[in-house]
Amino acid sequence: MRDKIAAPAGMLAELTHRCPLGCPYCSNPIELEKAAGELDTATWKRVLSEAAAAGVLHVHLSGGEPCVRRDIVELTAHCAEAGLYSNLITSGVGLTRDLFEALVAAGLDHIQLSIQDAEATSADRIAGYEGAFARKREVAAWTTAAGLPLTVNAVMHRANVSRAGRMVELAVLLGARRIEVAHTQYYGWAMVNRAALMPSREETETAVAEVEALRKKHEGRIVIDHVVPDYHARFPKACMNGWGRRTLNVTPSGRILPCHAAAMIPGLEFWSVMEHSLAEAWYDSPAFNIFRGTEWMKEPCRSCDRREIDFGGCRCQALALTGDARNADPICHLSPDHAIAQEIAAQQAPDVAPDYVYRRMKTKA
Amino acid sequence: MNAPGADSTPHLPRGVRLKHDKVRGEWLLLAPERVVKANAIAVAVLERCDGVRTLREIVDDLARTYSADRGVIESDVTMLINDLAMKRMVDL
Repeated sequence: MRDKIAAPAGMLAELTHRCPLGCPYCSNPIELEKAAGELDTATWKRVLSEAAAAGVLHVHLSGGEPCVRRDIVELTAHCAEAGLYSNLITSGVGLTRDLFEALVAAGLDHIQLSIQDAEATSADRIAGYEGAFARKREVAAWTTAAGLPLTVNAVMHRANVSRAGRMVELAVLLGARRIEVAHTQYYGWAMVNRAALMPSREETETAVAEVEALRKKHEGRIVIDHVVPDYHARFPKACMNGWGRRTLNVTPSGRILPCHAAAMIPGLEFWSVMEHSLAEAWYDSPAFNIFRGTEWMKEPCRSCDRREIDFGGCRCQALALTGDARNADPICHLSPDHAIAQEIAAQQAPDVAPDYVYRRMKTKA
Repeated sequence: MNAPGADSTPHLPRGVRLKHDKVRGEWLLLAPERVVKANAIAVAVLERCDGVRTLREIVDDLARTYSADRGVIESDVTMLINDLAMKRMVDL
């Protein structure tokens, strides 16, 4: 079996679920892991070394907010020693000038900074943190001044969708070499907040066209990665480029997952870095092998020409919308459950958006 | 953005690097969220992109080293550098 499976290329290291921001579409699970359960420094260093040995190229130091970890500089330096490409995925809040300089000196390769909107008041409201927008602009300025490549990460939803183009222009102004414009995907916190987040189809289409037009205008200046909303698509996205094909995720407590949302799927057996090496989990753990390849598929995926293109779409979305993770992603127009996705996409957004349920820990960690 | 001229001094910016990957046994160009396989020609070009040598000098060197037609080399190298510059993997 092992010789048929390609080595992992990327690892999302969720160092912590602690975060000063409360974005209502956070990709962390609803059940956030507490600080007390987080892996210690020595264990993370071992995991990073195992990742390099297994073939991982990019490590995404993420969270929550990775900079709340006191060992973030040490872990970054360890990535550099192990030859791993380190990418800090940060809110920018909690990143002081001193800490930033130390990360640069430690050999950090790339910073990915979330920006919630092109307007400060709205951005801070979305993040649930006053002053966040101003801090982010500061971090962007430090990053470009240090010669580090900057990616701006912009999640689009009802409150900012009319400013999609301005988000791109802001990223150019900040000196970002890359922007990810990602329309909200509805899992976890975003699912809880779907009525507050989901824009109308018209708003979405206008935003998508605006960003696509800017791609040509700024070619050679900024790379635009555009994740278009899948509720309006005919085919599902090739989620994670296929289950267990490219990337893996390690949670703050050391669970090894095929994707950051996989823990929502019941019945999957996840291995822990405390009991297994990363390579063992990648090649041999039940959670990675259950949806690998095409053998697990039901119809219409099993005999579909696109089964090796989109791999049946997203398992978590299939579960969330149809109740069975083995079903075709209902975004696909060939899915027998496609009406479910169409119905959601056709829903009129309420005139007044409901309040956000901000992403917060249930009790103090 | 201008196409790379003969006097430009292409170089890999911070955050982009060429790496020989032992696990896969191949050369890779690593950039933010991107991995590009680099064949032997690309490796030979990129190793010379040090920000000091001009594109003209790089082409001269490659044509000499590989006893190849300068015109062909120039066209290939310019195309490669232009492509990578558009992807922000090479600065001019």
